[in-house]
Amino acid sequence: MPLPDEHLRYPLRRYGMDQDWYDWALQPERKPVAWPGGARIALWLVPALEFFPLNQPAKPFKAPGGMVTPYPDLRHYTLRDYGNRVGVFRVFKVLDRLGITASVAMNAKVAERAPFLVEEVNRRGWEIIAYGVDMGRLHYGGMDIEEETALIKDSVETLRGVSGQPVTGWLSPAKSESMNTLDLVAAQGIEYVCDWISDDMPFPLRTKSGEIHSLPLSHEISDQMILHQYQHSEQDFVDQVTDQFDVLYREATPEDGRIMTLTIHPWMSGQPHRIKHLERALAHIMGHDGVWSATGAEILAAYKTQAGPA
Amino acid sequence: MEKEDPGLYDYWPYVNRPKITWPGGARLAFWVAPNIEYYELDPPANPSRKAWARPAPDVVPYAQRDYGNRVGHWRMMEIMDRYGVRGSVSLNVAVCDHHPEIIDACKERGWEFFSHGIYNTRYCYGMDEAQERAIIEDAFETVEKHTAQKIAGWLAPALTHTERTMDLLAEYGVKYTCDLFCDDQPQPVKVESGRFISIPYSLEMNDIIVYNVQRQAPRRYAEMLKANFDQLYEEGAESGTVMCIPLHAYAVGTPHRIDAFAEALDYITSHDGVWVTTGREIADYYLEHHYDDAVSAIAAHNAGR
Repeated sequence: MPLPDEHLRYPLRRYGMDQDWYDWALQPERKPVAWPGGARIALWLVPALEFFPLNQPAKPFKAPGGMVTPYPDLRHYTLRDYGNRVGVFRVFKVLDRLGITASVAMNAKVAERAPFLVEEVNRRGWEIIAYGVDMGRLHYGGMDIEEETALIKDSVETLRGVSGQPVTGWLSPAKSESMNTLDLVAAQGIEYVCDWISDDMPFPLRTKSGEIHSLPLSHEISDQMILHQYQHSEQDFVDQVTDQFDVLYREATPEDGRIMTLTIHPWMSGQPHRIKHLERALAHIMGHDGVWSATGAEILAAYKTQAGPA
Repeated sequence: MEKEDPGLYDYWPYVNRPKITWPGGARLAFWVAPNIEYYELDPPANPSRKAWARPAPDVVPYAQRDYGNRVGHWRMMEIMDRYGVRGSVSLNVAVCDHHPEIIDACKERGWEFFSHGIYNTRYCYGMDEAQERAIIEDAFETVEKHTAQKIAGWLAPALTHTERTMDLLAEYGVKYTCDLFCDDQPQPVKVESGRFISIPYSLEMNDIIVYNVQRQAPRRYAEMLKANFDQLYEEGAESGTVMCIPLHAYAVGTPHRIDAFAEALDYITSHDGVWVTTGREIADYYLEHHYDDAVSAIAAHNAGR
């Protein structure tokens, strides 16, 4: 029995992409984007504040960092909770010392369970990015659209309600989406989505509720990826973050800036033996001239005033 | 029935082989093979292998691979230009349709194009002969139409084969395969018709294997590449060797990894006696100068065992 005929048919073999959310565009042909104050690099730092439920389902898989042992996995539950109780304050102190503005990606459950953290973010004038309901409730291909609509409304409305912020950014838990996620978040007033890591720079996304933007949040440049998934050393983490920065800084000019993103999980980087490594990496970045520490919303606003067809 | 041995080559030890020489008296033939690929968002599911771990859309790996084409490719190509290295492109030929700008940029630089199937999300497992012929013919036609090159090499799409793949490739006039990892020198491959060889392509030096499978840090990759070169260069004084760096722009072309690759190219190309070349050139030279000797030596080894 050969493969069914569809395996040799290519209905989307055409110029550009095989989906309609965004267009193909080469980096060398982009219109330059200058950041405020002639900065070369916009530093977009994203602490991820997550709630991993003890009864986390594998629906359709478990988000990285989730429960591992048979129920009740007190070990991983409490290790993740450590991030929100202890680690986060070490991370915040480092950012305060270095004068870094953050966009905090927050599960709605974190805002409900620890409104104190929302106050800490608001007090600093930082942004909150909607990060789903919690790490057990994923968005995924084939998901019921009513169920997903309710999940998104719950996340966005809870975070707006507790924080009083407009909340215009969206990060899907585990960067997992369904075919409807972009349409549904746009319908809730979301203006940018962090999941699509297709580029170093923002790009427009088409949705049923009009144009929103992708603000790519690096997948590799993250403590969770480097330290937790790859199990590299803390020194390797510092090297990769600073190497990433150095290359982007070299490529950028005051007329054509770049974005350096870094995702931090306080349950990882907020451990006593790791926090100084995070500080070293960030001090390297902040020690350069022409670094603009900004929120996702601010970066998007600067981009939108200048971007257009090349 | 499944076989215990693919039947593609005989055991032939890496001692007492006829000496391999390369043009200009080089000790080592060095080639870089960027995989230029398109991964479909939601391809038909092959019964033997899923394209994506998560139900479509699997946003992270899809977008990551797209990053390679939009951004990483240009960074990788700039480094190769700097060190005078032409790529031998392992091409998902549908990229000619999706992203002709990339093909044009490679063409302008005199890079070689060989085939890596249609898409990296279409696998050969389960194909009958007519289907496999169809993708080989598609590859030849598409590459010739867009680049005026006749493909000389083949790396199976996502390394998926059937038992008849090598015979069919040889019949269509493909000269070399990149799918056999059993040697550091080119090898004759046993096929039904024609002369067909294997060229070392190296999974061990493949950026995806190092970064995503072995999960190494970028600076370690630079050390691995240099160590691989040092050993093959040393052995090449006795008989010519081949070193290949297989690449994927989405892995090697990110900001935190690009300098590790540049460091390795700087090191390798600064040595005398390195033939910086392409897969096609290695195949042509080997077929003309060494293939017959190798076939005789293998026959003699078989007779004497």
